[in-house]
Amino acid sequence: MTAATHREIDDMLGTRWRRPPMIARPWLRWTLGIGFLAYLVAAFLSVEVNWLRVWEGLDRGGAFVAAFASPDFTSRASDIWAGMLESIVMTIASSVVGILISIPIALGAARNIAPLPVYMICRGIIAVSRALQEIIVAILLVAIFGFGPFAGFLTLSFATIGFLSKLLAEDIESMDHRQAEAVRATGSKWSQWIDFGVMPQVLPRLVGLSIYRVDINFRESAILGLVGAGGIGATLNTAFDRYEYDTAAAILLIIIGIVMALEYISGVVRARVQ
Amino acid sequence: MLQLEKLTKTYKTGDQALKSVDMAVPSGQVVALIGPSGAGKSTLIRCINRLVEPTTGRVMLGDVDVTSLGAGGLRRERCRMGMIFQEYALVERLTVMENVLSGRLGYVKFWQSVTRRFPQSDVDEAFRLLDRVGLLHMADKRADELSGGQRQRVGICRALIQNPALLLVDEPTASLDPKTSRQIMRLICELCAERGLAAIINIHDVALAQMFVARVIGLRLGEIVFDGPPDGLSPDKLTEIYGEEDWEATIDKVEDDNNDPAEAAV
Repeated sequence: MTAATHREIDDMLGTRWRRPPMIARPWLRWTLGIGFLAYLVAAFLSVEVNWLRVWEGLDRGGAFVAAFASPDFTSRASDIWAGMLESIVMTIASSVVGILISIPIALGAARNIAPLPVYMICRGIIAVSRALQEIIVAILLVAIFGFGPFAGFLTLSFATIGFLSKLLAEDIESMDHRQAEAVRATGSKWSQWIDFGVMPQVLPRLVGLSIYRVDINFRESAILGLVGAGGIGATLNTAFDRYEYDTAAAILLIIIGIVMALEYISGVVRARVQ
Repeated sequence: MLQLEKLTKTYKTGDQALKSVDMAVPSGQVVALIGPSGAGKSTLIRCINRLVEPTTGRVMLGDVDVTSLGAGGLRRERCRMGMIFQEYALVERLTVMENVLSGRLGYVKFWQSVTRRFPQSDVDEAFRLLDRVGLLHMADKRADELSGGQRQRVGICRALIQNPALLLVDEPTASLDPKTSRQIMRLICELCAERGLAAIINIHDVALAQMFVARVIGLRLGEIVFDGPPDGLSPDKLTEIYGEEDWEATIDKVEDDNNDPAEAAV
């Protein structure tokens, strides 16, 4: 230690100690802080609200909410049932297909196990899948395949790939490389190395993500109907178009119920798989 | 049986981990490799089975030049080199049995391993090895349920079921208590003697190395600076390997340990 940086204990005793600030330069720290606050205020001021319109709209909102007090499950029961069945089929089919395709792509998109060209291709697939929002993909696929659940199924499968591959690849990249190295040292083939050294480490994450994706796919299937891609969303859309808020309320309640059930199941399963 | 010829390893960062290492290990000999952290001990044994790719030089295992092998040939030679790791490196979410049987991966087909239908001879051998190290009753436990010493025993079984000619052992006792450390070292040395295995054991506990092996190699900054019997490790030699320090205590401890009554009871 040089004399210039040496801190004599007698000079230090009795002096205040504070954690060093995250941004060391005071002018930068204050500029960033004040700048952010100023922007926040300006942003709020730029949002215009027509309070007269809100006052009128409260009535319509009230009617909508009131309908929830008397949801009508019966008068469109067969439509609701058919839509729900379609949504569930779409959800399960797209989740299974999407997950099966995601696993090899995730392996390819993990930098620690894939060579660079494969990595680039798989990351590219993931980037495309994530960049294109479900609704946009659904509009395109409805244009190609026509109205109905097939377009919805393809959309959700496609979206699942971007979601699951990315998160699974990140889990593979953060795995314990010593466990994997030990399996490689036994003279295993690549496929056996994946099976014994890599998969056991990422399996809990794969299961957890898969269940979460089933949950997301079900909720998305309710939205995709709005652009004609089938499922309960189509029924919901029709109900709104006919101003049948009581039927719409019934559909929303069913969706909420199923999502909550899935949430509960995924919690239980994730706790078991560790 | 194992011969290293002018082996060097230069990492991408420019660090020279190994500087032209020459050494030979005859069949059945157990060698302790000592040296300070960063001396290149880990790199050296990983260059032998090419978990780390050597930069230049040759590794001869019998008549096979390991350094020139393609992927398939390398896998075959890795089967002949069992490896035991620092902090065990068991696959934690697999069972003890799966961890042991993973030592057979180089010998079985993919469908046999993916369905966990290993040949009965492999399963029997796994049972025998687990029984030998006293863990037969743990066969179906998950590896992460075991204690440190138990895990390292499983690691030993995984290496031995490969039916190797050579054991590469990387700091087997690094995270174990002193008593367990001795038990593990003794187990490794006994098993090597039983099976006529050659072994290279990286170890930073000099006293422990002196207790169990017949030959010690000292590595310093990627060069061999000592090669001889354990009692040839004088304070001068230790200073050459590790740097200036009072070594009398370390050397005395060896003698104490040998007369330790508790040790005899273990």
